[in-house]
Amino acid sequence: MKNARAPKRKPAKCAPNMEVWILRLYVAGHTPKSIAAFANLKAICEEHLAGKYRIEIIDLLTNPTLAKGDQILAIPTLVRQLPPPVKKMIGDLANTERVLVGLDIKPAVKAVK
Amino acid sequence: MAKYAREAILEKCPTGIRGFDEISNGGLPKGRPTLICGSAGCGKTVLAMEFLLRGAIQYKEPGIFVSFEETPKDLAQNFASLGYDLNGLIARKLIAMDHIYIERSEIEETGEYDLEGLFIRLGHAIDSIKAKRIVLDTIESLFSGLSNEGILRAELRRLFHWLKDRGITAVITGESGEKSLTRYGLEEYVADCVILLDFRIREQISTRRLRIIKYRGSSHGADEYPFLIEKTGISILPVTSLGLVHTVSNERISSGIPRLDNMLALKGFYRGSTILISGTAGTGKTSFANKFVEAACRRGERCLYLAFEESADQIIRNMKSIGTDLAPWVKKGRLMFHASRPTLYGLEMHLVTIHNLIAEFNPRIVIVDPVTNLTAVGTSIEVKSVLTRLFDYLKMKHVTTLLTDLVHFGNNVERTNEEISSLIDTWLLLRDIEINGERNRGLYILKSRGMAHSNQIREVLLSDRGIELVDVYLGTGGVLTGSARVAQDAKEEAEARHYQHEADRMMREQERKRKVLEAKIEALRAEFDMESEELRFMSADQKKTRNGLIAERAEMARLRKMDRVTHPRKEGRRRGVR
Repeated sequence: MKNARAPKRKPAKCAPNMEVWILRLYVAGHTPKSIAAFANLKAICEEHLAGKYRIEIIDLLTNPTLAKGDQILAIPTLVRQLPPPVKKMIGDLANTERVLVGLDIKPAVKAVK
Repeated sequence: MAKYAREAILEKCPTGIRGFDEISNGGLPKGRPTLICGSAGCGKTVLAMEFLLRGAIQYKEPGIFVSFEETPKDLAQNFASLGYDLNGLIARKLIAMDHIYIERSEIEETGEYDLEGLFIRLGHAIDSIKAKRIVLDTIESLFSGLSNEGILRAELRRLFHWLKDRGITAVITGESGEKSLTRYGLEEYVADCVILLDFRIREQISTRRLRIIKYRGSSHGADEYPFLIEKTGISILPVTSLGLVHTVSNERISSGIPRLDNMLALKGFYRGSTILISGTAGTGKTSFANKFVEAACRRGERCLYLAFEESADQIIRNMKSIGTDLAPWVKKGRLMFHASRPTLYGLEMHLVTIHNLIAEFNPRIVIVDPVTNLTAVGTSIEVKSVLTRLFDYLKMKHVTTLLTDLVHFGNNVERTNEEISSLIDTWLLLRDIEINGERNRGLYILKSRGMAHSNQIREVLLSDRGIELVDVYLGTGGVLTGSARVAQDAKEEAEARHYQHEADRMMREQERKRKVLEAKIEALRAEFDMESEELRFMSADQKKTRNGLIAERAEMARLRKMDRVTHPRKEGRRRGVR
């Protein structure tokens, strides 16, 4: 589980003018679903957003007030804080296709190609 | 066994909503979820909201309102419309609000999830104000926000268990479904208490109704109870909440018409009684009512005038024509008019409006003019139920109620209002008496409980001097009123005068006869006297003549030198004496 927490303070490895992806993952304690979600997210980010993303993990058990701000109901929920607009995904992020749609990543990758 | 006994007594959580605690025998099941279902606009949110607000204010039980539909701003406005200071309650930590918003299009479902976030939010909110009550309005929105119904159902089941475990009295609202009570079958999870709200329109008049479908472990009123949403929230007025236990007053109050008081055992109506004045159109019902009002205002009592036919101004103007000026009393605050069309809203709404007015104004006299128009709004059963409740309420408050009642032509006057007749203590009947091509008003007392009352018909005269009751003509010609009565009176008077003249004439004749007789007697007496006098003269003459003869004879004898002759008779008498 330590692995899951570690990236929280990972600084964004990106240049100032580059697009920064801030992804916030809401979890409630160390449940299998949260661990899976983090692992899935990490994999997707490494593949598609290497070097320009930052993952924040918010544990609602320790910070319950934060649930209100992003209208969190389901756990786990992934919120794309940046770039705008804000996007939300719920679930353990196992469906990579859907995560990419949710994060709006696929077209960007295509455009690069 | 002990455990069984303890569980058998279900603790109740009072709602404080007028009437609801009575029909539910104390309120909602404490620490359990209750489902309120109904179609759109039937008052689910208001009921839930009032449950929270009253809980916070009256029972010091903090509550949380979780809205899945309306924004906090809208909610605050809704709360404010019920007359509560929401911000104050939030500041005092008696109420907390949360708006849970979910939009399917903004959310991508990417795998397995649960609703732990919701639990955490609710848990946090509950802990922050130590809430005892919670409202989830309406949690069904989650079904449209989340596509995975399987997860949702499992999570809802868990949520209700979780709320139960925490001992929170929860109210969950749900929209009516087509075949089930709620669109998504929430009743499956909330099995303790289900309340159905209904909103029906019959003849263009809507009535809201409430029914407790299910209340596990408790008895409850099973009927449909009409209820109202008004300024101060919900009012449910079950018939059973009132009984025939009111105390009565022996005080008597004037009807404002002295002659009518005389007919009512010389003293007038009982305080706190229910008086009905029924009559056909234009028989002066309103005038009677207003005389009563005026008398009450004079005594310094407050009157509430519920006008269902005329506006206040019109009544005031019209009553001036019978010498009653009500405007000063309105100004002084002793008289309050409440004029509304009966069809403005349903019967129940009228009832609650009247209740509120009474609570607000605290009158001693209430006039309902006319009560008939209320009966046009509902069926006779509804009307009877509503009026029974109204009169019982008024009786409990010792308010004297005067109702006017329009009876239609051709109907049997005594029979028409069987819905209310049993509720009436004193019943005055005004009726048209049609004779000789004119209509006149007659009044009689059909019944008056607890007092000896006149059984006579009186004719009612309306004039600028007010209302006068006069005796009708009762004679060989039957009952006569109006000009016929006046004509009859005149005729009788003429006849009487005629008799008087005749008698006078005969008296005079007799006197004359007496005088003639006396004169005759006088004449006869005079004649008699004369005769007597004559007789006396005659005898005197005779005596004189005789004496003269004797003297002459004696003289003759002396002249002839006759010897003395003793008179034998004279001699004899002398002897006899001796």
